[in-house]
Amino acid sequence: MPLIAEVFEVKKDDFVSAGEVSAKIKRTLKKLGVDSAVLRRISVCSYEVELNLVIHSLGGTIDFSVDQDGVTLLVKDCGPGIPDLNLAMREGWSTAPESVRTMGFGAGMGLPNMKRNADEFDIQSTVGVGTEILMKFHLK
Amino acid sequence: MNVAELAKILDAKVLNPEADTAKEVKSGYVCDLLSWVMAKGAPGTAWITVMNHMNVIAVATLLDMACVILPENIDIGEETLSRATEEDIPVLCSGKTSYELAGLLFAQGIPNPVK
Ligand SMILES: Nc1ncnc2c1ncn2[C@@H]1O[C@H](COP(=O)(O)OP(=O)(O)OP(=O)(O)O)[C@@H](O)[C@H]1O
Ligand SMILES: [Mg+2]
Repeated sequence: MPLIAEVFEVKKDDFVSAGEVSAKIKRTLKKLGVDSAVLRRISVCSYEVELNLVIHSLGGTIDFSVDQDGVTLLVKDCGPGIPDLNLAMREGWSTAPESVRTMGFGAGMGLPNMKRNADEFDIQSTVGVGTEILMKFHLK
Repeated sequence: MNVAELAKILDAKVLNPEADTAKEVKSGYVCDLLSWVMAKGAPGTAWITVMNHMNVIAVATLLDMACVILPENIDIGEETLSRATEEDIPVLCSGKTSYELAGLLFAQGIPNPVK
């Protein structure tokens, strides 16, 4: 039985509220007394995945839950999907358009940052369908 | 050294003095790529960047940074600044370049961020 289960919607190209879901998740976990180092790792992952939804996807959801074992982020979008996951996971590889690169996005570090900071990381993607990312964080 | 003391050394203005300038500065970093900063930044980092939009405050907040420093008198919008104040992130602005600012931080013995 989860202690907390919330679903956040993230819209494509919504730079005005970009980062707000991550801020909410951080606030909730801080109230629960989650250790600050673990909290920062969760924040890095939620932020990177949230911004990828804004920049690269057609929109999606972040399913945030907490139970005895830890924190889970399940992220699903409605496309366009990633053609080559090995390439996408590589540091420095990005298809970010020029318009967002001028804002400081597009280092090609988001997915590698998620993989490094999550205790469990899984990504599945189908072109024309969408991308699904599952991240888990253990709480001691 | 805290943020207020650092501002003096850098000859920088704190744009939102309502934010906590007693926070300790533990490290310094210069970068304008947000995910790169997400990878390298740490709690207590003083972050020098020319980026002045909302996501800079999001990154600084999520990593529990000490402050954001804007070089070359770069301005910041009202909305972004009030978000910084809400999140308790002091924003400093200086006429010096990123290069000069980093040099001053380095000369004070402020190290790179340690994760
Ligand atoms: N949800 C998604 N839908 C479609 N493509 C995606 C999605 N997330 C990532 N990608 C693809 O994977 C690439 C790498 O993503 P990653 O987050 O590592 O870097 P980035 O977003 O391009 O830059 P950064 O995160 O450093 O600002 C993206 O450029 C994009 O091509
Ligand atoms: Mg990204």
